[in-house]
Amino acid sequence: MTGHHPPVADWATDFDHADPAWAADPFPIWDEIRASGCPVAHSTRYGGVWLPTSHEDVSAIAYDTDNFTSRSVVVTEGRPIAEAPQGIAPPISSDPPFHHGARRLLLPAFSPKAVDLLEPFTRAFCHELLDAVEGKPIIDGAVDYAQHIPVQVIAKMLGLPQEDGDLFRKFVHNILESIDAPLEERFEYFIELDTYLTARVEEHLETPQDDLITFLVNAEMDGQPLNPEHVGGTIVLLLVAGIDTTWSAIGASLFHLASNDADRERLVAEPDLLPTAIEEFLRAYAPVTMARLVKDDFEFNGCPMKKDEWVLLPFPSANRDPEFFEQADEVVIDREINRHSAFGLGIHRCVGSNLARMEMRVALEVWLERYPDFTLADPDAVTWSGGQVRGPRRLPLRIS
Amino acid sequence: MRVRVDSEKCQGHNRCYSLAPELFDVDDYGDAHELNDGIVPPGLEDKARLAVANCPEFAIIVEEDA
Repeated sequence: MTGHHPPVADWATDFDHADPAWAADPFPIWDEIRASGCPVAHSTRYGGVWLPTSHEDVSAIAYDTDNFTSRSVVVTEGRPIAEAPQGIAPPISSDPPFHHGARRLLLPAFSPKAVDLLEPFTRAFCHELLDAVEGKPIIDGAVDYAQHIPVQVIAKMLGLPQEDGDLFRKFVHNILESIDAPLEERFEYFIELDTYLTARVEEHLETPQDDLITFLVNAEMDGQPLNPEHVGGTIVLLLVAGIDTTWSAIGASLFHLASNDADRERLVAEPDLLPTAIEEFLRAYAPVTMARLVKDDFEFNGCPMKKDEWVLLPFPSANRDPEFFEQADEVVIDREINRHSAFGLGIHRCVGSNLARMEMRVALEVWLERYPDFTLADPDAVTWSGGQVRGPRRLPLRIS
Repeated sequence: MRVRVDSEKCQGHNRCYSLAPELFDVDDYGDAHELNDGIVPPGLEDKARLAVANCPEFAIIVEEDA
């Protein structure tokens, strides 16, 4: 909610995902466009941006790497300087064939079995967070709890100082939430992040550690070391993508449980249901909207898309499509069939999805074990982040 | 009943492995494959159908016995 843009007058022709109304409640916006008979909206903001809303259209574009490039996945006023196929933050910003090798480098560190090893650390840290606010009648589920968990885990994996959490959250806010800021301001954000990370990479070159930064500076693709832009871009990706996404997912789950007594009581009584419920929270409150750029002029389902226009990929809207899901607008915590796309579809499936699921499960298990009974302290005090990652940023919860 | 993971479609969401670890495993890259040549032991048919129905990429093929 940085407010650099005028308010949206008409969501079908002038939408803006930085508008406060989108952050507060985007579901009616998507529902209306999806049901309008013209389910792909267009806006001239950001130099031209398209918004598919149905599961069919969102997945078709996610799978189409011939007509859409991932060169940049954050919609801003400018167009990225980094060129395809590597892009600014590989592999999320990479296109085939480069993408495949860059992604395979990272996958083993995020496999289900590798992630399992991080569970005891995550659980102990969740307890520490709640120990620190023990006895308070109101705990902020976002500020006191959710926002710290993914930061701590990814900092440990990368080998970054655990005490720099506030700095990482500032980087994330600047890059992902201040999307309608002037380009000069955004440029300065990137310089600050780059300066910080360059210093950390140099430390790792001098003193190698058993962590992902050390792994990346020594890694090879096709027999060649990674270029410095690749190493730096991947570190930025892992830091930025791993933080506010999972923080949003944990916060949204707590928001739901604070607002729905029956669901909360059932999960306390039936803890084995939690993994199923988590998939439903991921479907219904999917935090991440991805983006692509149109490679060349191209007609998609009758829409005349122009080279270098943006296309938003609102997976949260695809997840609410009544053509694809029964009871699409209801949260059904024991939903058995749930082909949601919270982690994307196709070759760019979120590399950290196993980590995110583990962090969500542990965070909710620890919270429910210690606080089985809680409600929203003040529904009007809850705030949500806007832009391409949506989740609670203020979530005061009354512990009873 | 038999199941098979289409490795061209699988993107490593790991839904099948978490829902039916008796029938599927994943490698270090998160790519899934069926166990025991995909033969579903008696009593696990519902788990197999659940895994099929929860794959976001529609990557699991099931052959029901005639």
